[in-house]
Amino acid sequence: MIEVKDLVKSYGELRAVDGITFSVESGEFFGILGPNGAGKTTTLEMIEGLREPDAGEVRLLGAPPWPRDIDLCRRIGVQLQSSAFFEKLTAREQLRTFADLYGSPHSRVDELLDEVGLADKGDESTDDLSGGQKQRLSIACTLVNDPEVVFLDEPTAALDPQARRNLWDLLGRLNDRGRTVVLTTHSMEEAEALCDRVAIVDRGKLLAIDSPTNLVRELDAPVRIALVRGSVTEDRARSVVGVESVQVDGDSIVLVTRDPAPVLTELARLDALEGLQVRGGTLEDVFLNLTGREYRA
Amino acid sequence: MSTIRSLANAMIRGFLRDRQALFFTILFPLIFLFLFGGIFSDPSQSKSDLTLIGKVPLVDELPPQARSVFDDLFKVHRTRDRADAIRKVRDGTVDGALEQRGNTVILHFSRADPVEAASVQGTLSSFVDQANVHASGTKPVFSFAAKQVEDEALSGIQYVAPGLLGWAIATSATFGSALTLVTWRQSELLRRLRLAPVSGTAIVLARVIVSILIALAQTVLFVVLSVVVFDLKLTGNWYLSVPLIIAGTLTFMAIGLFCGAVAKTSEGASGLANLLVLPMAFLSGSFIPLDVAPAWIRTVSLVFPLRYLNDGMLDVMVRGKGPGAIVVPMLVMIGFAAVVGGLSGRFIRWDKA
Repeated sequence: MIEVKDLVKSYGELRAVDGITFSVESGEFFGILGPNGAGKTTTLEMIEGLREPDAGEVRLLGAPPWPRDIDLCRRIGVQLQSSAFFEKLTAREQLRTFADLYGSPHSRVDELLDEVGLADKGDESTDDLSGGQKQRLSIACTLVNDPEVVFLDEPTAALDPQARRNLWDLLGRLNDRGRTVVLTTHSMEEAEALCDRVAIVDRGKLLAIDSPTNLVRELDAPVRIALVRGSVTEDRARSVVGVESVQVDGDSIVLVTRDPAPVLTELARLDALEGLQVRGGTLEDVFLNLTGREYRA
Repeated sequence: MSTIRSLANAMIRGFLRDRQALFFTILFPLIFLFLFGGIFSDPSQSKSDLTLIGKVPLVDELPPQARSVFDDLFKVHRTRDRADAIRKVRDGTVDGALEQRGNTVILHFSRADPVEAASVQGTLSSFVDQANVHASGTKPVFSFAAKQVEDEALSGIQYVAPGLLGWAIATSATFGSALTLVTWRQSELLRRLRLAPVSGTAIVLARVIVSILIALAQTVLFVVLSVVVFDLKLTGNWYLSVPLIIAGTLTFMAIGLFCGAVAKTSEGASGLANLLVLPMAFLSGSFIPLDVAPAWIRTVSLVFPLRYLNDGMLDVMVRGKGPGAIVVPMLVMIGFAAVVGGLSGRFIRWDKA
């Protein structure tokens, strides 16, 4: 579907993308994850055909996307970081215009409004839509030509947490029918929630690529069991079989272990489960492990 | 083709729903038309007020032809109250009062408005002279015919309407292309379209079609109002203004393209567009007749495309010139559009930053 090999792009002194190689399979939900300025958008834009790589090779649906290839344009759908609407048009008119540009039938317009949950907003001016509604409409616009591959550049970046989660439902359905989706995000949570596979990039380099589960599993990160401080004494906690270390952190006491089942059983027997929180490894731990730095979006 | 139509459609809807754009391209020039149309209203249209006291046989017995000339020049009031009539002259309500005693015609006038008084005096004395000639029974040896020379002395609305229309078209064409380019670039719509099966030519053509339609709509509105409200008299070849307006639109779209290519924000683009178009309008005779401008302005104005648009429109709309008059303006404007448009095209960026 997509082949990227030794991709390089520099802006002056800065190597925004520094030798990235990966491939995306058909039907996959693929995430490019990294902090701001990691080179995600530049990578995506080279795959879409908006930028010419300095070096390396891109093949999109079997063809090079640069220089611009109109036939390729018909087969892909792209959502850019800005909403990219025609001014002063209603939601329905935006979709109609995009449908015309791709030669798609107008009957598709109302279907799409319905699909992205804007059926009752069709006659509202785009300017009056909320941030989340604009993103939904923008996604609908990328679907007018029923594309084989959809590219989404940080679709939830500007949204509040509630709107972000609402949008995940829609995004998660995008590849239901075998469509390939490539998404950039700086949210670890989002990548874990949506992506089949994630490429973690930082400072223009690819750090790791795998499914979120595998990435976390290979990390072999310990599980952290947090309880309300005082529900068990520090010494008693340390004596539980399997506990590697105990930390007291403000109001909680945290037991670190790689074998949580017997530890939890023992804690239950001691009736010391007040305020229980269990946290396994996350992509943030993966990032910390790979870069030695805390992950900051 | 359907691509161009749907893009043009989207642009027109956007334009019609943008109150600010509508105000500045349609209403604002019309306000100027009313302002300037009022200031420069044709003086030959205004009649002098003249009160006739009692019977004035000189006027009453004028032959029909002379009487109609007289009525064209004076707005006649009648009264029997001599004192009242003279008081009205004194306070300036009327320009003169006329009475006849036997064979003497007496004009009461005031020095308050010397120009008007002199004009009334001169006109009336010529009527008296003619009556004398007529009474003597001899045939007049000399005759006098006045012909207005439109070329030299275009006045009032005849000059104002085509010039202001030129400015209005220049403004809307410049802003149209500049703001489309900048706002579409800022909203990333240009990049989005680059990833859609849409050619750059289709986008440009759609904008050209929309701008020409707007210019023609402006023209219709402008000319109709000028004719109805200000009595603009179009000459037979006015339709030749259509190709001029199209060429002018292309020229100023090219200037707008330049503004949009250079400026990063829509504020910057409008500022630059105003900076280029407004002084050009002054120096090209859109607001003030170039006939009264100093010679250096007339010379400088020859480098501005708006001068050619204005001249061409004056020639075909009110001076009655034929197709030959639009050849030079058309060539200059199309050449200008090609050079500026071509150069600006090289600077255009699809993306911001």
